[in-house]
Amino acid sequence: MSDKVLMKGNEAIAEAAIIAGCRHYFGYPITPQTEVAAYMAKRMPKIGGTFLQAESEIAAINMVYGVASTGKRVMTSSSSPGISLKGEGLSYLAGADLPSLVINVQRGGPGLGGIQPSQSDYFQATKGAAHGDFHMLVLAPSSVQEMADLTVKGFDLADKYRMTAMVLADGTMGQMMEPVSLDYEIGEPIEKPWATTGTKMERPHNIVNSLFLEPDVLEKSNFERYERYSYIEENECMYEEYMMDDAEICVTAFGIAARVSKNAINEARKKGIKVGLIRPITLWPFPKAPYKKAADKVKEIISVELSMGQMIEDVRLASECKVPVTLCNRVGGMIPTPEQVLEAIEKAAKGGNK
Amino acid sequence: MVVFEKPKALADVQMHYCPGCTHGIVHRLVAEVIDELGIEGKTIGIAPVGCSVMAYNYFNCDMIEAAHGRAPAVATGVKRSDPENHIVFTYQGDGDLASIGMAETVHSAARNENITVIFINNAIYGMTGGQMAPTSLPGQVTQTSPYGRDTDACGFPIRVCEMLSTLDGPEYLERVTVNNVKNVKNAKKAIKKAFQNQIDGKGFSLVEVVSSCPTNWGMTPQDALKWIDEKMLPYYPLGVYKDRSAEKEEK
Repeated sequence: MSDKVLMKGNEAIAEAAIIAGCRHYFGYPITPQTEVAAYMAKRMPKIGGTFLQAESEIAAINMVYGVASTGKRVMTSSSSPGISLKGEGLSYLAGADLPSLVINVQRGGPGLGGIQPSQSDYFQATKGAAHGDFHMLVLAPSSVQEMADLTVKGFDLADKYRMTAMVLADGTMGQMMEPVSLDYEIGEPIEKPWATTGTKMERPHNIVNSLFLEPDVLEKSNFERYERYSYIEENECMYEEYMMDDAEICVTAFGIAARVSKNAINEARKKGIKVGLIRPITLWPFPKAPYKKAADKVKEIISVELSMGQMIEDVRLASECKVPVTLCNRVGGMIPTPEQVLEAIEKAAKGGNK
Repeated sequence: MVVFEKPKALADVQMHYCPGCTHGIVHRLVAEVIDELGIEGKTIGIAPVGCSVMAYNYFNCDMIEAAHGRAPAVATGVKRSDPENHIVFTYQGDGDLASIGMAETVHSAARNENITVIFINNAIYGMTGGQMAPTSLPGQVTQTSPYGRDTDACGFPIRVCEMLSTLDGPEYLERVTVNNVKNVKNAKKAIKKAFQNQIDGKGFSLVEVVSSCPTNWGMTPQDALKWIDEKMLPYYPLGVYKDRSAEKEEK
């Protein structure tokens, strides 16, 4: 095992990306993720890579589109308002089936919102980043170690499925420091025969494109993409279960909310309340199986979120509305305390949250 | 004996352009230049959104379709991916380059991004059926300026070469047209220089081609070419607006 180093979440993402073979980064300053850009600005020139501060989030994501077209690993990072600007590019990346990695270190919204942590871009990330039918692979770290791990994983999944992978973090994850091990085995880059790298006069020209004016052709491309999505839903779901074996109450949360929830669960266990946690690590594909199982044995599921209740809709669908699913939340940059979550757990134990 | 052949870099397919449109001429000039410089195998073209959106089908080099106005940003990514081995050009209309994509245009020029930009200025949105463009002339009647472009209400046309020439960044800016044989020859010279500059590592080279749109101008092809001389060129004078290497040599 390699030595651990103390790193900020944002820096762990940047270093992990470099280890994963990413040599092109394009970004635009926005709090609370600017450390990613600053780290890349320092490191990339020393290793023959490209760091470029783009004129806008829109330009940055289109530079990503350009490098992705040539088959190389490429990334951008931003925070909520900036991700909205990248929406156009995310749709084009999906339509052209290009792999890329995008980091969203979320902050409170809507509008300019605030600069404190939030999870209120869950809908945007998992359901509707922009126009058209498409998904991104959405990975939700809940430690600095996972910020790095899921960055490496994100590049692999993006290449494998020719999709954008998004690491959906929040301001806490970006800013906090924890010991990290960056010991990864990086495989050989996969072949990308579709890439536009010049024909070298050896093959017909490649075209990277998302325009299909014949509706039947466009329909077919959508159907094919969704077949790939179905395969991903069956094979790539990631989640963690914590003390769920004998649980009568289920707490569910991702990212920083899961960290807070674990503390509350430990306290509740001391009081003899049988409570556990389901923590989705992939938000798309959403891991339905653990909820389906939990719905047959728990009396309530509490969704702890830094939003007005976004993941809760997927939890209700996954548990098929067999048990009440209630919301325990703070928003606007506020974070639920372990006491607040414990209170919700105790109410559930006594007869249920309203 | 064949005396007039299609350039090898131009695909042998039917183009969708209207009769009398000058896109065909400019496509041909770009393809001839790619042939003459022997760079087809390393060239990657970026198509815009607009009439030339399907340019990706018309060139035999690798092609990428960009979002509206974003071609210079996409080109930046492609170029930086492998600066030694990629020759990158964008082909953009006036709405794409001078309206929705103005930020990408200005900043790629300011960075002296080592790419070639072919800019078609026909003072109108062709693909969507003839709306006012950022380069439509004062008083010009279009679908969205039915009483003529009112400069009090919607401002003045943008002269792209003049504006970019105020920047320290770009290497080469020239405005040409293709409404007669002499002008076509000049246009080809400029396009070739814009590609040669990239090969030589000199940086951002933009050729603005004042073009015609008979369909949306409501003219015959011949009248449209005359209108370029009579109306377009007085507002958009031809010439070299920046040529940094030549300026250096003079000093």
